[in-house]
Amino acid sequence: MTYSGSRVGGKPVSFLKALCRKAFPKSLWVYHANSGGCNGCDIEVLNVLTPYYDAERFGIKLVGSPRHADVMLCQGPASRTTGKALRRAYEAMPAPKLVFAVGNCACGGGVWYDTYNVIGSVDKILPVNYYIPGCPPRPEAILYGVAVALGLAGKKVAGELAKQPDLPIVKYHPEDLVRKDGIRVYTKQEQI
Amino acid sequence: MSWISKLKEAVICLKAGRATRPYPLAPDTPPERFRGRPVFDASRCIGCGGCANNCPAREILLHDTSQEIRIVKYIGRRCTYCGRCADVCPEKAITMSRQFETATDAIGDLRQELWIFMGTCQRCGRCFKGAGVLEALMMKGFRADDLEADRWVYASTSFLEKEPLVRDIEIELE
Repeated sequence: MTYSGSRVGGKPVSFLKALCRKAFPKSLWVYHANSGGCNGCDIEVLNVLTPYYDAERFGIKLVGSPRHADVMLCQGPASRTTGKALRRAYEAMPAPKLVFAVGNCACGGGVWYDTYNVIGSVDKILPVNYYIPGCPPRPEAILYGVAVALGLAGKKVAGELAKQPDLPIVKYHPEDLVRKDGIRVYTKQEQI
Repeated sequence: MSWISKLKEAVICLKAGRATRPYPLAPDTPPERFRGRPVFDASRCIGCGGCANNCPAREILLHDTSQEIRIVKYIGRRCTYCGRCADVCPEKAITMSRQFETATDAIGDLRQELWIFMGTCQRCGRCFKGAGVLEALMMKGFRADDLEADRWVYASTSFLEKEPLVRDIEIELE
């Protein structure tokens, strides 16, 4: 049975799949996995669940088992002892699943990135869908990450490359250097 | 009687008002002294490398691709926003912004990269002598009108021109 109303990449998707895709972001059940963090991000995540920030507006609910969860909130770097357990918890989650890396320990290993007992960031172990950097991220930042995942807000950061203005010196492109009769000839001249 | 108590409860709740903040739907300003993502100003940076030396997470990397160009890379994935780079910067090229909305689905979005033109003494063609930590970061001299060196600059930076921003990080310090 195909559902003509929804197409992904030109292919018709079955009705059930389309329904699942639509229903999945309506209520995300969150499993909260700390694999060796300092508890700072845990407190901020708990803040998000309080009535003041109220993540339950978006259908987010904390559950105790990864088997009930749709989303895994990873906090802390993956350490040698907890990395395997984290992987097992990820594999226990049912199939449409998202992984959030909360805090920069989870995003990149934190300040303990080169410690002997730390493997590194969480994405060395799990495929991470959304990164929420910060040490710890504000509750608003976590809510913003959730909003980005749900499509309520757009990304605000992008990679930046800034170059200083070059000196106003006539430059010859080295590819255009042609040697003719013992003299170097510049076929093209570029001014920066 | 139970409905009266429920009515009382409703009145109390209405008096208290709404405690929930409308954050993702309405903008939010962090407090005045909040430290967010550092912002690098390429026009002010002199490429001294003080930020790279002071970063506790070793998040700011320096690459000398040639004698002329120094690349300052801020990767940003494990930056704790401690502000030491902004404190140590002599030219105030790094400012700690109040930007906290940095959630992204690609970690390469957090990267900032500066290409710094390193000046050399035009009279002697060498960098002047520094002292202390900066001494280690000094580079050899370079004349801007030296075509042989220019060819070398081109060879060393041409691979950067094709893909100026790499999506993910392949530099692993360990």
